[in-house]
Amino acid sequence: MKAILGKKLGMTQIFDEEGKLVPVTVIEAGPCTVVDVRTPEKHGYAGVQLGFGFVKEQKVSKPLRGYFKKKGLSPLKYLREFRLEEGENLEVGQQIKVDVFKSGDYVDVTGTSIGKGFAGGVKRWNFKRGPMAHGSKYHRGPGSLQSRDAARVFPGRKMPGHLGDERVTVKKLRVVSVDPEKNLLLVHGAVPGTRGSLVMIREASR
Amino acid sequence: MDTRRGVILVNLVRLIEESQMRKDIPDFGPGDQVRVYFKVVEGGRERTQAFDGVVIRRQRGGVRETFTVRRVSYGVGVERTFPLHSPRIERIEVLRRGRVRRAKLFYLRGLSGKSARIAEKKK
Repeated sequence: MKAILGKKLGMTQIFDEEGKLVPVTVIEAGPCTVVDVRTPEKHGYAGVQLGFGFVKEQKVSKPLRGYFKKKGLSPLKYLREFRLEEGENLEVGQQIKVDVFKSGDYVDVTGTSIGKGFAGGVKRWNFKRGPMAHGSKYHRGPGSLQSRDAARVFPGRKMPGHLGDERVTVKKLRVVSVDPEKNLLLVHGAVPGTRGSLVMIREASR
Repeated sequence: MDTRRGVILVNLVRLIEESQMRKDIPDFGPGDQVRVYFKVVEGGRERTQAFDGVVIRRQRGGVRETFTVRRVSYGVGVERTFPLHSPRIERIEVLRRGRVRRAKLFYLRGLSGKSARIAEKKK
Protein backbone atom coordinates (compact mmCIF):
# COMPACT_ATOMS: atom_id res chain seq x y z
CA MET A 1 0.00 0.00 0.00
CA LYS A 2 1.32 3.37 -0.93
CA ALA A 3 -0.13 5.82 1.54
CA ILE A 4 1.17 7.74 4.50
CA LEU A 5 0.31 10.54 6.89
CA GLY A 6 2.53 13.56 7.26
CA LYS A 7 2.96 17.07 8.50
CA LYS A 8 3.46 19.95 6.10
CA LEU A 9 6.66 21.75 7.06
CA GLY A 10 6.75 24.51 4.47
CA MET A 11 7.87 25.33 0.98
CA THR A 12 11.19 26.07 -0.65
CA GLN A 13 12.96 25.63 -3.96
CA ILE A 14 15.64 23.17 -4.95
CA PHE A 15 17.73 22.58 -8.05
CA ASP A 16 17.10 19.40 -10.04
CA GLU A 17 19.67 17.37 -11.99
CA GLU A 18 19.43 19.73 -14.94
CA GLY A 19 20.04 22.72 -12.70
CA LYS A 20 16.48 23.95 -12.95
CA LEU A 21 14.81 25.48 -9.93
CA VAL A 22 11.89 23.40 -8.74
CA PRO A 23 9.32 24.61 -6.19
CA VAL A 24 8.77 21.97 -3.52
CA THR A 25 6.71 21.40 -0.40
CA VAL A 26 8.57 19.72 2.43
CA ILE A 27 6.50 17.14 4.27
CA GLU A 28 7.54 15.22 7.33
CA ALA A 29 5.92 11.91 6.43
CA GLY A 30 5.61 9.11 8.91
CA PRO A 31 6.62 6.87 10.45
CA CYS A 32 3.03 5.70 10.71
CA THR A 33 1.76 2.78 12.71
CA VAL A 34 -0.98 0.47 11.57
CA VAL A 35 -3.55 0.80 14.34
CA ASP A 36 -6.41 -1.23 12.93
CA VAL A 37 -7.18 -3.39 9.93
CA ARG A 38 -10.53 -3.40 8.17
CA THR A 39 -11.45 -6.66 6.50
CA PRO A 40 -14.13 -7.42 3.91
CA GLU A 41 -15.52 -10.15 6.15
CA LYS A 42 -15.98 -7.91 9.14
CA HIS A 43 -16.35 -4.39 7.72
CA GLY A 44 -17.34 -4.97 4.12
CA TYR A 45 -14.16 -3.48 2.66
CA ALA A 46 -10.40 -3.80 2.93
CA GLY A 47 -8.70 -0.91 4.64
CA VAL A 48 -6.26 0.13 7.23
CA GLN A 49 -6.23 2.72 9.99
CA LEU A 50 -2.94 4.55 10.31
CA GLY A 51 -1.76 6.55 13.29
CA PHE A 52 0.82 9.31 13.15
CA GLY A 53 2.46 11.84 15.42
CA PHE A 54 3.65 11.94 18.98
CA VAL A 55 1.18 12.95 21.67
CA LYS A 56 1.46 12.96 25.45
CA GLU A 57 -0.63 10.29 27.05
CA GLN A 58 -2.53 12.71 29.30
CA LYS A 59 -3.60 14.71 26.22
CA VAL A 60 -5.56 11.74 24.87
CA SER A 61 -9.14 11.16 25.99
CA LYS A 62 -9.70 8.15 28.21
CA PRO A 63 -11.73 6.17 25.68
CA LEU A 64 -9.01 6.67 23.06
CA ARG A 65 -6.34 5.73 25.56
CA GLY A 66 -8.19 2.47 26.15
CA TYR A 67 -8.41 1.90 22.41
CA PHE A 68 -4.65 2.21 21.99
CA LYS A 69 -4.04 0.09 25.08
CA LYS A 70 -6.11 -2.72 23.67
CA LYS A 71 -3.93 -2.67 20.56
CA GLY A 72 -0.78 -2.58 22.68
CA LEU A 73 0.36 0.74 21.15
CA SER A 74 1.28 4.08 22.61
CA PRO A 75 -1.18 6.87 21.72
CA LEU A 76 -0.82 8.70 18.43
CA LYS A 77 -1.97 12.18 17.55
CA TYR A 78 -3.80 11.52 14.32
CA LEU A 79 -5.79 8.54 13.06
CA ARG A 80 -6.84 8.24 9.43
CA GLU A 81 -8.13 5.43 7.28
CA PHE A 82 -6.93 4.28 3.89
CA ARG A 83 -8.36 1.69 1.54
CA LEU A 84 -6.29 -1.34 0.72
CA GLU A 85 -6.17 -3.07 -2.59
CA GLU A 86 -7.19 -6.67 -2.80
CA GLY A 87 -4.70 -9.22 -1.59
CA GLU A 88 -2.76 -6.75 0.50
CA ASN A 89 -2.05 -7.67 4.06
CA LEU A 90 -0.93 -5.45 6.88
CA GLU A 91 -0.80 -6.21 10.56
CA VAL A 92 -1.55 -4.08 13.58
CA GLY A 93 1.62 -2.49 14.90
CA GLN A 94 3.38 -2.56 11.54
CA GLN A 95 5.35 0.58 10.67
CA ILE A 96 4.96 2.47 7.43
CA LYS A 97 7.77 4.82 6.45
CA VAL A 98 8.42 7.32 3.66
CA ASP A 99 10.39 4.77 1.69
CA VAL A 100 7.12 3.43 0.26
CA PHE A 101 7.55 6.35 -2.13
CA LYS A 102 10.52 7.05 -4.34
CA SER A 103 11.44 10.11 -6.34
CA GLY A 104 9.59 10.25 -9.64
CA ASP A 105 6.39 8.77 -8.23
CA TYR A 106 3.16 10.68 -8.54
CA VAL A 107 1.02 11.24 -5.47
CA ASP A 108 -2.30 12.77 -4.44
CA VAL A 109 -2.09 14.93 -1.35
CA THR A 110 -5.11 15.68 0.84
CA GLY A 111 -5.19 18.37 3.47
CA THR A 112 -7.30 21.08 5.04
CA SER A 113 -7.04 24.37 3.18
CA ILE A 114 -6.20 27.60 4.97
CA GLY A 115 -9.36 29.20 6.38
CA LYS A 116 -10.21 32.58 4.88
CA GLY A 117 -13.33 33.27 6.98
CA PHE A 118 -16.36 34.96 5.47
CA ALA A 119 -15.20 36.02 2.02
CA GLY A 120 -16.89 38.11 -0.64
CA GLY A 121 -17.51 37.14 -4.24
CA VAL A 122 -14.31 38.69 -5.55
CA LYS A 123 -12.06 36.50 -3.40
CA ARG A 124 -14.29 33.43 -3.27
CA TRP A 125 -15.46 33.13 -6.86
CA ASN A 126 -13.07 35.41 -8.75
CA PHE A 127 -15.79 37.94 -9.55
CA LYS A 128 -14.60 41.06 -11.32
CA ARG A 129 -14.50 44.11 -9.17
CA GLY A 130 -15.92 47.50 -10.12
CA PRO A 131 -13.89 50.69 -10.49
CA MET A 132 -12.61 51.85 -7.11
CA ALA A 133 -12.68 55.58 -7.95
CA HIS A 134 -13.82 58.13 -10.54
CA GLY A 135 -17.22 58.47 -8.90
CA SER A 136 -17.94 54.75 -8.95
CA LYS A 137 -20.12 53.61 -6.10
CA TYR A 138 -19.86 49.92 -6.99
CA HIS A 139 -16.62 48.42 -5.69
CA ARG A 140 -16.55 44.73 -4.75
CA GLY A 141 -20.21 43.80 -4.72
CA PRO A 142 -21.70 40.63 -6.22
CA GLY A 143 -23.61 42.43 -9.01
CA SER A 144 -26.88 41.09 -10.31
CA LEU A 145 -28.14 37.80 -8.90
CA GLN A 146 -30.52 36.83 -11.68
CA SER A 147 -32.68 38.24 -14.47
CA ARG A 148 -35.83 40.13 -13.61
CA ASP A 149 -38.01 37.62 -15.45
CA ALA A 150 -36.84 34.76 -13.27
CA ALA A 151 -38.16 36.61 -10.22
CA ARG A 152 -36.21 34.32 -7.93
CA VAL A 153 -32.61 33.35 -7.25
CA PHE A 154 -31.68 29.97 -8.63
CA PRO A 155 -30.03 27.51 -6.25
CA GLY A 156 -26.27 27.34 -6.59
CA ARG A 157 -25.87 31.09 -7.18
CA LYS A 158 -22.31 32.06 -6.27
CA MET A 159 -22.49 34.33 -3.26
CA PRO A 160 -20.28 35.52 -0.41
CA GLY A 161 -19.75 33.03 2.37
CA HIS A 162 -17.22 30.91 4.18
CA LEU A 163 -14.05 30.15 2.24
CA GLY A 164 -11.28 27.71 3.01
CA ASP A 165 -10.80 25.38 5.97
CA GLU A 166 -12.16 22.47 3.97
CA ARG A 167 -10.78 19.18 2.73
CA VAL A 168 -8.86 19.65 -0.50
CA THR A 169 -7.04 17.06 -2.58
CA VAL A 170 -4.31 18.04 -5.01
CA LYS A 171 -3.80 15.31 -7.55
CA LYS A 172 -0.77 14.04 -9.37
CA LEU A 173 2.10 15.83 -7.71
CA ARG A 174 5.56 14.54 -8.49
CA VAL A 175 7.74 13.28 -5.68
CA VAL A 176 11.00 15.17 -6.07
CA SER A 177 12.99 13.39 -3.40
CA VAL A 178 12.67 11.17 -0.37
CA ASP A 179 14.84 11.19 2.74
CA PRO A 180 14.09 8.02 4.73
CA GLU A 181 16.54 9.00 7.45
CA LYS A 182 14.80 12.26 8.34
CA ASN A 183 11.36 11.01 7.22
CA LEU A 184 11.13 13.82 4.69
CA LEU A 185 9.18 13.86 1.48
CA LEU A 186 9.66 16.61 -1.11
CA VAL A 187 6.70 17.10 -3.39
CA HIS A 188 6.63 19.30 -6.48
CA GLY A 189 4.36 22.30 -6.04
CA ALA A 190 1.94 23.42 -3.38
CA VAL A 191 -0.06 21.33 -0.95
CA PRO A 192 -3.22 22.42 0.94
CA GLY A 193 -3.01 23.71 4.49
CA THR A 194 -0.85 25.72 6.80
CA ARG A 195 2.58 24.77 7.98
CA GLY A 196 2.29 22.12 10.64
CA SER A 197 -1.05 20.79 9.39
CA LEU A 198 -1.80 17.14 8.72
CA VAL A 199 -1.66 15.88 5.15
CA MET A 200 -2.57 12.49 3.71
CA ILE A 201 -0.39 11.25 0.89
CA ARG A 202 -1.54 8.53 -1.46
CA GLU A 203 -0.32 7.07 -4.69
CA ALA A 204 -1.84 9.04 -7.55
CA SER A 205 -5.21 7.67 -8.59
CA ARG A 206 -4.34 8.09 -12.24
CA MET B 1 4.50 25.36 22.71
CA ASP B 2 3.51 26.91 19.43
CA THR B 3 6.68 28.93 19.07
CA ARG B 4 8.84 25.93 19.85
CA ARG B 5 7.08 23.93 17.19
CA GLY B 6 7.61 26.78 14.73
CA VAL B 7 11.34 26.68 15.26
CA ILE B 8 11.55 23.00 14.48
CA LEU B 9 9.46 23.47 11.35
CA VAL B 10 11.66 26.18 9.94
CA ASN B 11 14.86 24.35 10.78
CA LEU B 12 14.11 21.27 8.69
CA VAL B 13 13.26 23.38 5.67
CA ARG B 14 16.40 25.42 6.28
CA LEU B 15 18.45 22.24 6.36
CA ILE B 16 17.26 21.26 2.92
CA GLU B 17 17.93 24.73 1.63
CA GLU B 18 21.43 24.80 3.06
CA SER B 19 22.31 21.45 1.53
CA GLN B 20 21.54 23.01 -1.85
CA MET B 21 23.70 26.06 -1.35
CA ARG B 22 27.09 26.50 -2.92
CA LYS B 23 30.10 27.30 -0.84
CA ASP B 24 32.41 28.26 -3.71
CA ILE B 25 30.89 31.62 -4.51
CA PRO B 26 33.26 34.57 -4.26
CA ASP B 27 32.38 37.60 -2.24
CA PHE B 28 30.91 40.26 -4.52
CA GLY B 29 28.33 42.96 -4.31
CA PRO B 30 26.57 45.72 -6.22
CA GLY B 31 28.92 47.89 -8.27
CA ASP B 32 31.41 45.09 -8.89
CA GLN B 33 32.39 44.13 -12.40
CA VAL B 34 31.97 40.36 -12.76
CA ARG B 35 32.23 37.65 -15.37
CA VAL B 36 29.73 34.81 -15.00
CA TYR B 37 30.51 31.49 -16.66
CA PHE B 38 27.10 30.00 -17.29
CA LYS B 39 26.47 26.56 -18.74
CA VAL B 40 23.90 26.55 -21.51
CA VAL B 41 22.43 23.57 -23.31
CA GLU B 42 22.20 24.10 -27.04
CA GLY B 43 20.74 21.32 -29.16
CA GLY B 44 21.63 18.67 -26.60
CA ARG B 45 25.18 19.97 -26.31
CA GLU B 46 26.48 21.78 -23.29
CA ARG B 47 28.83 24.73 -23.47
CA THR B 48 29.91 27.54 -21.25
CA GLN B 49 28.92 31.09 -21.95
CA ALA B 50 30.51 34.07 -20.25
CA PHE B 51 28.55 37.15 -19.35
CA ASP B 52 30.38 40.31 -18.28
CA GLY B 53 28.88 43.26 -16.54
CA VAL B 54 28.17 45.27 -13.45
CA VAL B 55 26.22 43.72 -10.59
CA ILE B 56 23.26 45.98 -10.06
CA ARG B 57 21.37 43.98 -7.47
CA ARG B 58 21.53 41.05 -5.13
CA GLN B 59 18.29 39.67 -3.79
CA ARG B 60 19.05 37.71 -0.67
CA GLY B 61 17.02 34.71 0.41
CA GLY B 62 19.01 31.57 1.12
CA VAL B 63 18.98 29.19 -1.85
CA ARG B 64 16.63 31.53 -3.63
CA GLU B 65 19.20 34.32 -3.77
CA THR B 66 19.60 35.92 -7.19
CA PHE B 67 21.81 38.62 -8.64
CA THR B 68 21.46 40.77 -11.72
CA VAL B 69 24.30 41.68 -14.04
CA ARG B 70 23.99 44.63 -16.44
CA ARG B 71 26.09 45.38 -19.48
CA VAL B 72 25.70 47.57 -22.51
CA SER B 73 26.38 45.69 -25.72
CA TYR B 74 26.13 47.38 -29.13
CA GLY B 75 24.39 50.31 -27.50
CA VAL B 76 21.66 48.17 -25.97
CA GLY B 77 21.44 47.61 -22.25
CA VAL B 78 21.27 43.90 -21.37
CA GLU B 79 20.46 42.59 -17.93
CA ARG B 80 20.59 39.00 -16.85
CA THR B 81 19.42 37.63 -13.55
CA PHE B 82 21.04 34.46 -12.29
CA PRO B 83 20.09 32.25 -9.34
CA LEU B 84 23.23 32.56 -7.23
CA HIS B 85 23.29 28.92 -6.14
CA SER B 86 22.46 27.46 -9.53
CA PRO B 87 24.62 24.46 -10.50
CA ARG B 88 24.53 25.88 -14.02
CA ILE B 89 26.92 28.60 -12.95
CA GLU B 90 30.38 27.23 -13.49
CA ARG B 91 32.14 30.04 -11.72
CA ILE B 92 31.99 33.73 -11.07
CA GLU B 93 35.01 35.92 -11.58
CA VAL B 94 35.26 39.31 -9.92
CA LEU B 95 37.07 41.61 -12.34
CA ARG B 96 36.91 44.89 -10.49
CA ARG B 97 35.44 46.16 -7.27
CA GLY B 98 33.32 49.25 -7.55
CA ARG B 99 32.66 51.90 -4.97
CA VAL B 100 28.92 52.60 -4.80
CA ARG B 101 26.71 54.12 -2.17
CA ARG B 102 23.57 52.09 -2.58
CA ALA B 103 22.54 48.43 -2.68
CA LYS B 104 20.49 48.53 -5.88
CA LEU B 105 22.00 50.35 -8.84
CA PHE B 106 18.89 50.81 -10.94
CA TYR B 107 19.89 54.42 -11.58
CA LEU B 108 22.47 53.08 -14.05
CA ARG B 109 19.67 52.25 -16.46
CA GLY B 110 19.06 55.92 -17.11
CA LEU B 111 22.73 56.75 -17.60
CA SER B 112 25.14 56.19 -20.41
CA GLY B 113 28.71 56.99 -21.35
CA LYS B 114 30.84 58.84 -18.84
CA SER B 115 28.15 59.18 -16.19
CA ALA B 116 27.55 55.43 -16.11
CA ARG B 117 31.08 54.74 -14.86
CA ILE B 118 31.69 53.39 -11.38
CA ALA B 119 34.76 54.37 -9.42
CA GLU B 120 37.06 51.57 -8.31
CA LYS B 121 37.08 50.74 -4.64
CA LYS B 122 40.24 51.77 -2.81
CA LYS B 123 41.99 49.05 -0.93
